[in-house]
Amino acid sequence: MNLLTLAGVHTHIGAYHILHGVDLEVPAGQVTMLLGRNGAGKTTTLRTIMGLWPTSQGSVRFDGQTIGGQAGQRSTPEIAQLGIAYVPENMGIFGDLTVRENLLLAARRARTVEQMDSARLEWLFGLFPALKKFWLYPAGKLSGGQKQMLAIARAMVEEQRLLLIDEPSKGLAPAIVQNLIAALRELKSTKTTVLLVEQNFGVAKALGDFVAVMDDGRVVHSGAMAELAEDESLQHRFLGLSLGAHQ
Amino acid sequence: MSTTTTAAATPAQAAAAIPKARFDGLPIALVVLLALAALPLIGSPSTWVTLTVAGLAMGMIIFIIASGLTLVFGLMDVLNFGHGVFIALGAYLATSVFAAMSGWTTAPELWRGLVPIFATMFVAMLLASAVGWAFERVLIRPVYGQHLKQILITMGGMIIGEELIKVIWGATPITIEMPEALRGVVTLFGDAAVEKFRLLATVVGVLVLVAMLFTLNRTKLGLLIRAGVQDREMVESLGYRIRRLFVGVFVAGSALAGLGGALWGIYQHGVLPQIGAQVNVLIFIVIIIGGLGSTTGCLIGALLVGLMANYTGFLAPKVAMFSNIGLMVAILLWRPQGLYPVANR
Repeated sequence: MNLLTLAGVHTHIGAYHILHGVDLEVPAGQVTMLLGRNGAGKTTTLRTIMGLWPTSQGSVRFDGQTIGGQAGQRSTPEIAQLGIAYVPENMGIFGDLTVRENLLLAARRARTVEQMDSARLEWLFGLFPALKKFWLYPAGKLSGGQKQMLAIARAMVEEQRLLLIDEPSKGLAPAIVQNLIAALRELKSTKTTVLLVEQNFGVAKALGDFVAVMDDGRVVHSGAMAELAEDESLQHRFLGLSLGAHQ
Repeated sequence: MSTTTTAAATPAQAAAAIPKARFDGLPIALVVLLALAALPLIGSPSTWVTLTVAGLAMGMIIFIIASGLTLVFGLMDVLNFGHGVFIALGAYLATSVFAAMSGWTTAPELWRGLVPIFATMFVAMLLASAVGWAFERVLIRPVYGQHLKQILITMGGMIIGEELIKVIWGATPITIEMPEALRGVVTLFGDAAVEKFRLLATVVGVLVLVAMLFTLNRTKLGLLIRAGVQDREMVESLGYRIRRLFVGVFVAGSALAGLGGALWGIYQHGVLPQIGAQVNVLIFIVIIIGGLGSTTGCLIGALLVGLMANYTGFLAPKVAMFSNIGLMVAILLWRPQGLYPVANR
């Protein structure tokens, strides 16, 4: 069963026509990878799902209801309230706020940290020990990897139905990327539905159940991740790079 | 999710071992430095105390007025050049309330003198917030994200506001008679004379500051405002309706401008229709000095401007008008983003 379905989605940003009819299905409880070269429209796809750019044509449906498109464009807060969390490419960390405050913001119903789900918080500390260590530290002072951990933890503070994560491994050292993969694997084991944009094919292979490859504002290939991982000719065709170069 | 220990206490203890980021105290030192530097130039310590208290009182009133503006800019990137309307409205309402309560203003007892002042503050905040709500809905909402149009339409709104004020209260300046009980001075440190009303204005300013710092730093609402100033798109992505928050902040900012305008009018012993435009210049200097969007910066900027205006007014009245521009230039040469730049902007 698909939790999220994009059908013929077009997105315009000002005078620019970025998405040219994206068809994408995200199955429930699985990790779907969104791959493609720079400028293919991956980030715009995530932003369109989140309602940060309006869908100018086509439709975005989440769990049977329309959230984007002329049939009924929902606002970003409404979309988030349905249980969709978004980790943007720039991580969206509030640099002047502490780690504690960043996480408290993500707990919509809690007014204080004491009202947050402490067991869930402990689980997050287990996944990302740095967050506990730097609890009262301004998030802007964290390293790039720690910021990424915070961004992902923030999206997980409350139980979500769908996580949209944009290039979490970007700019991180290989050792940190391994930590990240381990944390995302743990998330995967909770059967949360994830749509993950990635340029690093190694990360994509390690995590993905399904894959969609984008080019020029369209999805040009979609199928099982394992199928793409095993077929080098498919990789050449859709990613334009050898597996070796992508790792 | 296996453990069930209390989450709040443990990390706080763990973090105790880590050096927290140091608060940048240099801008605060700058206020002290400015005051101390003026002492030898002024010479007489009692005159210095008088001018310093006057400067701080003026600074606190400017802070009350400017704090809402800086949050409005920080939160929604809205440049509201019409903020002066609320200031003028507050000041003119003070004239009406004082006229209506003339029996109270002439009474010698302190508490009877305070009644019209508090009544003025209440009425000014109430009406300024109502006008602020309408202003946001009619003028600002259609021009979100369009700076040039914001400047033009809010300036236009201010001109219309000024003309309406002339229609209601007339174009000639109106004097405000200080309530009998608040006339005169309090003597500090032997022979330093400080006007009673200035002390009152300082106290009101401190109360507003404390309430604002409490809201911003100790409540979830304040957390949302601080986060929204840094990255409003992310706040929306977390599921909060930032437009509602913005309307709330705009209305609160208008109420504070009305309150500050009322105090300003009483402080200046009178009002004229251009009062809004005059104070507008000062508050824009203040929020630029402070770092757009920063409340702490706004406070420090307001105190610097208040002190500078009073010291130069005494030492070199001819350059007093330009002294605050000079102050702004000097500070921007030192810190081009203002005293406390807001991160992520």
